[in-house]
Parts: sequence; structure tokens; C-alpha cells
Amino acid sequence: MSALVEIVEAGLAVTIQDRGRFGYRNMGVPVSGALDPCLMTAANAMLGNDPDAAVLEVCLVGASLKALSGTVRIALAGALTAQVLKPRGRVLKVQSWQTATLFPGDVVRIDGVGRGVAYVGISGGFQVPMQLGSRSTYPRARIGGVEGRALAVGDRLQCDPLIGNPWLEACGTLPWPVAPGPIRVLPGPQDDHFTPEALAALLGTPYRVTRDMDRMGIRLDGEKLTHNDRGAEIVSDGVAPGSIQVPANGRPIVLMADCQTSGGYPKIATVIRADLPRLAHVRPRDEVHFVAVDHAQAAAALREQAQRVGRWCESLGTFRPPGVVDEVALYEGNLISGAIRGDELAWHSV
Amino acid sequence: MTADSSALSVRLLSVGDSAWTVEFGSDIDPAIHGRVLGFCSLLDTLSGDGRLEGVVEWVPTFRSVTVHFNPEQTDAMALRNLLGELAGKSGILSATGCRWHIPVCFDAECAPDLADVAAAKGMTPEAVVQLLTDSVFSVYMLGFLPGFPYLGGVPEVLDMPRLASPRKVVPARSIAIAGRMCAAYPWESPGGWRLLGRTPMRLFDAANARRPALLAPGDQVVWEAIDRASHDELERECAAGHFDLARLMREGGF
Repeated sequence: MSALVEIVEAGLAVTIQDRGRFGYRNMGVPVSGALDPCLMTAANAMLGNDPDAAVLEVCLVGASLKALSGTVRIALAGALTAQVLKPRGRVLKVQSWQTATLFPGDVVRIDGVGRGVAYVGISGGFQVPMQLGSRSTYPRARIGGVEGRALAVGDRLQCDPLIGNPWLEACGTLPWPVAPGPIRVLPGPQDDHFTPEALAALLGTPYRVTRDMDRMGIRLDGEKLTHNDRGAEIVSDGVAPGSIQVPANGRPIVLMADCQTSGGYPKIATVIRADLPRLAHVRPRDEVHFVAVDHAQAAAALREQAQRVGRWCESLGTFRPPGVVDEVALYEGNLISGAIRGDELAWHSV
Repeated sequence: MTADSSALSVRLLSVGDSAWTVEFGSDIDPAIHGRVLGFCSLLDTLSGDGRLEGVVEWVPTFRSVTVHFNPEQTDAMALRNLLGELAGKSGILSATGCRWHIPVCFDAECAPDLADVAAAKGMTPEAVVQLLTDSVFSVYMLGFLPGFPYLGGVPEVLDMPRLASPRKVVPARSIAIAGRMCAAYPWESPGGWRLLGRTPMRLFDAANARRPALLAPGDQVVWEAIDRASHDELERECAAGHFDLARLMREGGF
């Protein structure tokens, strides 16, 4: 048995993403996948999903989903909120880091994202067909997601019906862990194509995020990174999300999840995997600072991040949404404690 | 395949904490690319035997192989050492793949830059087409877009720089040249290469999980001229999913 939701408002560039598409980069197929996979893990954890289950990635303007058949549950991870529109005009506010249950006919309106990207998970994940081993949307080649594109009004998405108590929602109880400090990079692979001053500038001066940013990359502005006499072009070689490539104008571009698989610009350094999700949350005019680390420090950072996210997922709590009566409690004759006031929600909002 | 390449230089370059680039040279050169293919073949064998723990995939380019790995499953420095060792003992491989005979329509409508290239070289368009169809192209790598092949083997006399101002829209399946490189655009996209023809063949099909990209590094390609009517007919066949790729394996299959 599966459940069905329909997109009733498309939002802006809302796409289905999972962990990404691996094994096809030798054919020029980008990895894609969630820009912040930790937040995707959090959304899935609140639902008891597989950590790789497909989610909606939202930036700026969210979508609205209507439950068509089956009772389903959604979860919000990151800086976004939502409203569940119930029959007879009732509206239930949903904070971030919590789940909400949709009965057939309910509509959830995902609000705009305050900053960067945020994720909406659903019970069982959004079960669009896998393409090349992943559900991640890559619009440039129309791969994955719904027909390889962002969501559109009328799209119907399959998921699992909710298993368990529909009156008991899940929520995070710990603050969401984000590593502080500068963005950590490993120099290379073409740091030898730059003047010594260039590497010093990258690591010693702030770079400003420009408006030119999307799922492929983020253009930065700041002190010019000057190439040495080896020049600003190379015979194309492999790149990865996190690669900081520098064209002839000396302004760095950090490559993100949808980046091409190879490129002809020298790459001065690479953002470590633990810190790349942080760049999914920058906005134009934000300042970014970089610092160099070695492989051991990068590996330690990744382990720490996995531990922090793991602790967050293990310490999930439950709550009863406002204005509903816990039927289980009702049958047990415990009506008073089963009816919950709206203001009791406040403790877990962030 | 020879094993005598250990004396040649190899550089191991860091691409962050989840990839190494094994670099065999800095130029476009069939000898360097032979080492790239030889190294990939060795990785294929080892991976098949389960001896590349934590390695996710590798990407051959003209002159290097980028090996992507999962840092939670394997130690970066240990893998670096292993890759360096393997690069020292992998061999040279050339023309390992299929030879494809791919139909191309060179009508003016499909080849908006053919007349200019011919004029620039003091040749007739027919002579340019003859040169292109007499050549055997080698697939160096795929990149830029899913299924986009970089082919070597453009005759020296056709060497032309890119367009000064790139087109905003290159039609899907265009055959194009830039310098001594040839390519085929699987998707409509912007591009600065000179468009000399169009194939009705699909170069990338995501529904074909086993081989979504038609071409692979190491393959050879021969362009076969077809007229516009055959192009349109084949295009319909491909769109309907009725085309048998085996026809591309033999000469004069159209």
C-alpha cells in the first residue's frame, strides 16, 4: 500500500534529492544530491526513514502538498516553517525540526526558507523512479526527480502511509549542530598554478558571496587570485563538489553538487566534505573565510560531524500537536493529559 | 598492453578529502591517454576483485584519472600510496573499445558552420565532409554534459579556433569541432564549437542504466554521411525506441 500527495503550489526550483548519483561521473553525469546531506539525514530520522530516502530541497519559495490518499507524515529540517490547512479552515503551524501528520485532504504549505536550503521529508521518502541509481533531480540533462525537472503543479508523488500513532509527532530536542569557524580546505590539485600571494590571499582574506550562485557553484569576490606563468587554463581534468576553481579573472568559484565532472580551470584548493554543506546556507554579500587543513584534520572533522548529527538523531523527542485529541489516550480514559494546549509547542521550536 | 611504464612520471594530486587525481601528463597526447586507459583497466580488475575498498568511482580524462572515494570507509593517505603504486605498474592501453559508425547529416541546415570552415580553409564544403568521413576519431573522455564525448583525430588542415562569441543554443546531437578536437552535443546547450553536422542518434539515454552514454573512452568513431531524409527517418526510429544499436557497429549500416 502506498500513499499519494499532489503538488498544489510549485514554489521555486523545489527539487527531489537524495544522497546523489554515483558511478556515472565517467560519463559526465554529475553527482547532484542534497546540498546539505546532514539536514536530509535529520528530516529522514524524524520520520524513521532510511537516511537516504528522497526529500524535497527547498530554497527561497516552498511548495504546497495535498495528501490525496493515505495518512502521511512530513518532517521539516533547516530554517523553514509550514502550515497545515485542515478542513473547515483550521490552520496548524509547523515549526522546523518537527513532523506533522497529513490526513487525506489536508494541505501543507511550506513557507519560504529564511536562509540557504532546507528539506521536507515524507514517510517512506518521495518514491519517484530511480534513474541511474538515484532519485536526485538534475534538470540540465532531465535526469531523476519528476521528469528530470523541478516540481510543478499537478505532480503526484508516491510515498508510504504513516505507520504508528498519528497523534504523536517527532521533534528534535538538541540544537542543530553546525561547526563554527572558517571553511576548511585542502590545497590543490593545482595550487602550483598560482603565485604564493594567491594562496595567502585565499587563506588570509575574506571572500564575498556574489549573486551568481546555484546548485552548480558559488562565485566569490575578493582579493584577486593571480595565476603564475603556468597560466589560467589547463587541459581538463577531474573536479569534485568543493573544488575551488579560478578562471583568468582571478575570482574563485566553489563547485557544488550539480557541478560538471571535469573542468579546464586550475583549482587552487578543495573545501572538505564536512564543511561543504555550510556553503549551502550562504547568501549574497556574506563573507566566507577559508583555512587550510591536512587530510587527518579533514577526516577528524568528518567523524565529528557524523557523531554530532548522530547524537541529534538519537535524541529525538515526541509531542502531541495542539488541538487534537489523542484517541489512544481517550480510550485509556486519560482525556485530560491527552488534550494538549498550543503553547506547549513552544519548547521545541528554535 | 605493456607493463613498462614505471619509469614515467606520475603525480598524485589532492582533490579534497574524497578524491585523488592520478596525473600522467599535462597534454592531450595519445601516449598519455594510453596510460590513462591502462590505469583504468587495472582499477576495473582490482575493483571487480573487491580490492579497492571505499573507492566509489573513477573518471578518466585526457591525461589523468580522478579516483573518488568515501573517506568514512578508507584512509586517504593509504589510498594515495596504493594508487601511486598501481600507477607505477599499470600498462598502456589504446583503442580498447568499440568502433562506431555513426550517421551524420551534413546538409547546410544541420551544419551551420560548414560553409565558413570550408571558406576559411579554401576548400569546398564537400571536401571538408570528405576529410571528416575519412577520419577515425578516438574518444578521449566524457565530460561537460552527460554523454558529451571529446574526440581526438581532427585532421590538422581543419584546425580552427572556437567561435569568438559562443552560441546561446547549440541544437542537440550537433557534431562540432574546436582546434583538433571533435565532439557531439547530447543535449541542447550553449557552446562555442563549430557545428559541422548533426546525427540522429541519441548519445545519452538515462533509461539505459547499463550503458547510458553511447560512447566510452577508448572507443573509435567514424562519421558516415547520410542525407536529410535518412536523418529524419532515423531520428523518428530513435525517438520511438526502435533503433537497434548493433547497426552502428558495421560500416554502411544506413
